[in-house]
Amino acid sequence: MAETAASPISAKTAADKNLAARVSPAKQLAEAFAAGSLAGTVELSELPFLTMVGLRASAGSDTAQRLAAVTGGLPAASGAVAGSGDTSVLWLGPGEFLVVAPTEAHESLGGGLIPALRDALGGNAGQVVDLSANRTTFELTGPRARDVLEKGNSLDLHPRVFKAGTAFSTEIANIPAILWKTGEESFRIFPRASFAEFLGRWLLDAMREYASPEVP
Amino acid sequence: MLLIPCPNCGPRDETEFHYGGQAHVPYPENPYELSDTEWSRYLFYRENPKGIFAERWVHSTGCRQWFNMLRDTVTYDIQAVYPMGVPRPDSSRDGAPETGTASTAPDSTTTGSAGPSISTTSIQSTTAPEGATK
Repeated sequence: MAETAASPISAKTAADKNLAARVSPAKQLAEAFAAGSLAGTVELSELPFLTMVGLRASAGSDTAQRLAAVTGGLPAASGAVAGSGDTSVLWLGPGEFLVVAPTEAHESLGGGLIPALRDALGGNAGQVVDLSANRTTFELTGPRARDVLEKGNSLDLHPRVFKAGTAFSTEIANIPAILWKTGEESFRIFPRASFAEFLGRWLLDAMREYASPEVP
Repeated sequence: MLLIPCPNCGPRDETEFHYGGQAHVPYPENPYELSDTEWSRYLFYRENPKGIFAERWVHSTGCRQWFNMLRDTVTYDIQAVYPMGVPRPDSSRDGAPETGTASTAPDSTTTGSAGPSISTTSIQSTTAPEGATK
């Protein structure tokens, strides 16, 4: 990895400044998410500013192998998620992938992931594009999370079919989104930034029957 | 709602796809040599069969890939899904009578087995029963 931070202290303050200036796509819903969540039943929150990189490389090519060496593998088929450590690679299409990494992995905060991917691609056919601002991330957790999603998604979300550690590009509430099951009762949803408010409010509405006090 | 078997992603709802019209419409070899009538034929005129139809679809909210599909326009039965650039599979014509027996329309089998010309087969289908009754 090419660590190019000249002096760690100045980079750190620059990164803090950078983050403080950013507004996430569903920032205005943060309070509503907290109010609409019920711990132990279903909880919704936004994970802002995850680093996302769009990759394109035809399967089996040298380029794909070099990119895989950086990310810790590329998924081979629909639904598969590869990666190592806190870097994950989601399968979007044949030869098209989405790398998801923590916020700190972004170039602007001193991370080396995107430059390393860019170096691995070199001048070869393919694509490494910083898509961090393209989508935001919702985290939906709890025993009722699946029931909430089933109101707006037609995939079979039953655990015997939809295992933890798979991700599909699909439709949720009639909008295109990526659905990633990260744990037995936790999902990450990646809507495009412009759909974030709509999907956030839709999810809150879908959660209401589970996250409200029970009517006696 | 159709359940369309995407070759990459498996069966998904029709709403995840977009329709691309008739498949296997070749771009003219020499567009400049065509008359306006011929050019308009290429641009605007498409088959509208009753029965098996080869058409293009794209899985726009999934893998974003195009593919071809043989669909029965009467029963909505999806008979084959095959990649772009591959000729229309012949096996569908063998499979056509099966759907014909399942469908309520008796002439869907005859139009389904007709690749090139629908009018001739529909004439055949009307003459054949007459010959049978005589």
